[in-house]
Amino acid sequence: MELAIGIILGCCALGAGLAMIAGIGPGIGEGNAVAKACEAIARQPESKGSVTTTMLMGCAIAETTGLYALVIAILLIFVAPNLLVNILVNTLKSL
Amino acid sequence: MSKTGLKFKILDAVYLAIMILPIVFGIVLQVLTKPVAEGINITGARVYFTIPMPIQNFPITESQVNSLLVLIVILGFCLYITHGMTQHISLKRQHLAELIIEKVDGLVKENMGEYFKGFSPFIIAILALSAFSSLITLFGLYPPTSDINIVGGWAVLVFFLITYYKMKCGPVQYLKGLAEPVPLLAPINLISEFATPVSMAFRHYGNVLSGTVISVLLGSALAGLSSMVLGSLPGFLADIPLFQVGIPAVLSIYFDVFSGCLQAFIFAMLTMMYVSGGFPAEEYEKRKARKKIKNK
Repeated sequence: MELAIGIILGCCALGAGLAMIAGIGPGIGEGNAVAKACEAIARQPESKGSVTTTMLMGCAIAETTGLYALVIAILLIFVAPNLLVNILVNTLKSL
Repeated sequence: MSKTGLKFKILDAVYLAIMILPIVFGIVLQVLTKPVAEGINITGARVYFTIPMPIQNFPITESQVNSLLVLIVILGFCLYITHGMTQHISLKRQHLAELIIEKVDGLVKENMGEYFKGFSPFIIAILALSAFSSLITLFGLYPPTSDINIVGGWAVLVFFLITYYKMKCGPVQYLKGLAEPVPLLAPINLISEFATPVSMAFRHYGNVLSGTVISVLLGSALAGLSSMVLGSLPGFLADIPLFQVGIPAVLSIYFDVFSGCLQAFIFAMLTMMYVSGGFPAEEYEKRKARKKIKNK
């Protein structure tokens, strides 16, 4: 019983960590976006306002996949263990 | 009405009270109901009480109460800055009110076009609600935006708006738009239609919630660090929160102030873009012209 609960908790934590690997993608993407925005502002300083706004929008959209991973990780850490342990306890009771 | 009359001052005080009292009420409620926690404690919104309903019990949570408080604060703020408005500016606060209105009007006109001019009250409402909801963490209250139910509600509202404007030329046109560029892709288009509100809600909620989680983790880490450094000292010296002073405040400026305002801006920008992008402007103009000819 304790072993099973331990495996559940450990695997939930591992899964959360693995899910956050998805943070790499938005990091690279946003880095590219900001680099290009810097180049654009350096070339045309007068268009700073619109470039910054567009860059922030693009960053927000690029961030979405990372945030999906974050939501999954949060669910795995805060919601899944209780749920799975409850299921385990109930199935053991019914056996 | 004179600007310095007693009546004016009393009304001013009332509006300020509408602005400040909800926050005080929230803090008092928090102090009275929050259980004292030890160590790391990351929980969702606490449930104050549940109303029994036939299908499912209806819980009144912290996020609902706090978002109502935010609404009242915004109402008080609006009443205060528009109080005593005249054609020739006589009060400093009128500059602020005009600045906000002009900026948002310009933003809406720039991003949505002439047809959606009437959208600026809605956009300003979303901006204010979202920004104030995130900024309420500065008073130590639970931010309603870190609850997916609240943000999901806004996203559903935006989804209905988008669909309404896509259907402006009739449902047939809308269904035709789904089957573009080839009818084979219709299911994927349908999924992307529903992914819009989901991604908007997740984006806002994830950003605010991740800030909260990181702040709590950092706070506990700093507590551990200072107890490690000063723990061996005798008496009250061991309890001095050496590293907890100041450092979390710097992070709070990023996660609470900057991130909250940025997410509010992004939510409003995405609303504008999706609504105006989904609207088939050319087709609508064509139909309008055709109707005019028919009526003649």
